[in-house]
Amino acid sequence: MTTNREVKEAASRSYRYGWVTDVESDTAPKGLSEDIVRWISAQKDEPEWLLEWRLKAYRHFTSLLEKEQLPQWAHIQYPAIDFQDMIYYSAPKSKQKYNSLEEIDPEILKTYEKLGIPLQEQKRLAGVAVDAIFDSVSIATTFKEELAKQGVIFSSFSEAVHNYPELIQKYLGSVVPYSDNFYAALNSAVFSDGSFCYVPKGVRCPFELTTYFRINTQSVGQFERTLIVADESAYVSYLEGCSAPMRDEHQLHAAVVELVALDSGEIKYSTIQNWYPGDEEGKGGVYNFVTKRGKCQGNNSKISWTQVETGSAITWKYPSVILQGDNSVGEFYSVALTKGYQQADTGSKMTHIGKNTRSTIIAKTISAGHGSGTYRGLVKVMPNATHSWNFTQCDSLLLGDKCSAHTTPYVEVRNNSSHLEHEAFTSRVSEEQLFYCNQRGISVEEAHRLIINGFCKEVFKQLPFEFAVEATRLLEANLEGTVG
Amino acid sequence: MTQQSNGTVVLEVKDLHAKVGETEILKGVNLRVKAGEVHAIMGPNGSGKSTLAYVLAGRPTYTATSGQALFQGQNLLTMLPEARARAGLFLSFQQPIEIAGVRYDEFLRAGYNALRKSRSLPEVGVLEFNKMLSSKLEIVGMDSTFIRRYVNEGFSGGEKKRGEILQMAVLEPRLAILDETDSGLDVDALREVAQGINRLKSPENAVVLVTHYQRILNYVVPDVVHVLVEGRIVASGGKQLAMEIESQGYDKYQPMAAVRPAS
Repeated sequence: MTTNREVKEAASRSYRYGWVTDVESDTAPKGLSEDIVRWISAQKDEPEWLLEWRLKAYRHFTSLLEKEQLPQWAHIQYPAIDFQDMIYYSAPKSKQKYNSLEEIDPEILKTYEKLGIPLQEQKRLAGVAVDAIFDSVSIATTFKEELAKQGVIFSSFSEAVHNYPELIQKYLGSVVPYSDNFYAALNSAVFSDGSFCYVPKGVRCPFELTTYFRINTQSVGQFERTLIVADESAYVSYLEGCSAPMRDEHQLHAAVVELVALDSGEIKYSTIQNWYPGDEEGKGGVYNFVTKRGKCQGNNSKISWTQVETGSAITWKYPSVILQGDNSVGEFYSVALTKGYQQADTGSKMTHIGKNTRSTIIAKTISAGHGSGTYRGLVKVMPNATHSWNFTQCDSLLLGDKCSAHTTPYVEVRNNSSHLEHEAFTSRVSEEQLFYCNQRGISVEEAHRLIINGFCKEVFKQLPFEFAVEATRLLEANLEGTVG
Repeated sequence: MTQQSNGTVVLEVKDLHAKVGETEILKGVNLRVKAGEVHAIMGPNGSGKSTLAYVLAGRPTYTATSGQALFQGQNLLTMLPEARARAGLFLSFQQPIEIAGVRYDEFLRAGYNALRKSRSLPEVGVLEFNKMLSSKLEIVGMDSTFIRRYVNEGFSGGEKKRGEILQMAVLEPRLAILDETDSGLDVDALREVAQGINRLKSPENAVVLVTHYQRILNYVVPDVVHVLVEGRIVASGGKQLAMEIESQGYDKYQPMAAVRPAS
């Protein structure tokens, strides 16, 4: 049995990434205005069309803000965000571009080392190509040359704007337009950097591509933009990881991710989200308002989202798939953990447009402490999406008696030949299960560990192996002291 | 009493009373089990057989109200269920519990290592454990696909019970309490499960079989048979007592039998 003291100790050591790196940075003044948008664009030496796009987004955002048209429907509570009391751009001070890792501020490299990110090319055995975003700017992309040999483009978004303007112009906003929603509009106006990946026809990307995001500077919002395109018969597996220092004030993270899969193209997108969740009283923590959407544009294409959400004070995200091509496949696998005073409202939207399209949603919600977890999903089958199929399973596990879990599924079917299945259950770790484990010598805490991992297994097994291990550890570290 | 062994006393139960919720189920049970012995506890439904098994194993909703239960001289009733397991007490569940997403081998290794740790032995890794596990699989006549499935999920009745015997084989308890291990088994499965139990018997350990029917006793021969009725052991004897119950039922031990209409 765990004592209160042990629980307290566990709680205070549970967020391991809460330190700040001391680097000089170029930082925008606080607040949001057309000038700030222009300033960000100028910092990045962007082409005129992109600035215009940002400004349109900015004006749209401002009009929504004026009309107070913020999204209100999620099952979350938080004080109004002051969008003028925030920094929209911060970059480590450095004028020149990095040509090799040696040129990067060693403090930043140390940061990523602490996070366990293999930035050094020597660590190539890990087989993971990494793009690292520090506050707003991409620091380094590894394995670039080897990827280039295959024709795979994997670079920071800013670089891609200069090096592949036609691709960016073609696909930016093609899945998530700037007018999509409040936070997508904000992101489109002020997005700082992010990753861009293009896998050409018939190429199977040889590495897991990874982006690590790190918020460092105080009061900085992080607004990254990720765009991944899998051309015909191309395949790519992409993973993002996130962390932030412990801060007493809330930090805003409003990212946009767009995925496009052409004929027979496949994208597997995995997220391990561990932004600072706030302290045990609910002070501080990241507000994670993210728009993620994929478009199965081509026939027989496939997009699969896997997310493990353990961090953030608030998580608001619905990785979705537009199943436009015939026979295309969309998948969403999610584990969302809320503890302390964390709130998560997350799920998926599957829009079936093409014929014989198939989608699967497996969402696992774990709530502990005062945590509140909501699954929210929409399965929409259009008239022409004949013979389409969806399976949705959303399960909740409650640990303790002050937490809550909610399930809000929406279904809209406009033809008669499609097939939808929905399963949902809410459970606690049962007395029977605990006793069964105890009777085999397994302690209460270890039994919870086993049962919770088992609860998440369907989702974890979708992750690339090394990340599945990381996800398991992360979940365990986050739950330490909350049970037993 | 015929075949009491000269081994050490593994379990000593004295005037044990226990309740579930507010209902008193055990009303003074006495039992002494020595190393090397097989005891059968028989009784009609609702007589308290499973309650006795659960109270000894420490299930939280089952409360001992008075009396004693000593396991190798230790006071069982003050020990946590996991401590009882680590001390060498094993309960085969009448209805083994499902644990979704947890593989059988993973579950068993957690238990095995917990036992080792409590005995100051080093924990074993996956490879070493699985090697040991495959040798045990053969005892219950299962192949290695079994241990890769999730604990009891989608198992047939026979698979669940064999799994319990597999767990017993891995954990090597000093005292195994087998609660209705024969229920829901067809003849072939029953024989295999019984063979498994027989192969695990040794002069060092003891087995308590809790059963409604005599039929498993054709395969696992008991040294002592007890009849439990309304929370008390009302008769004890050798194997012939089980045969007698098989032919005459429990009626003569039940006080209400006299007024019940014949059927």
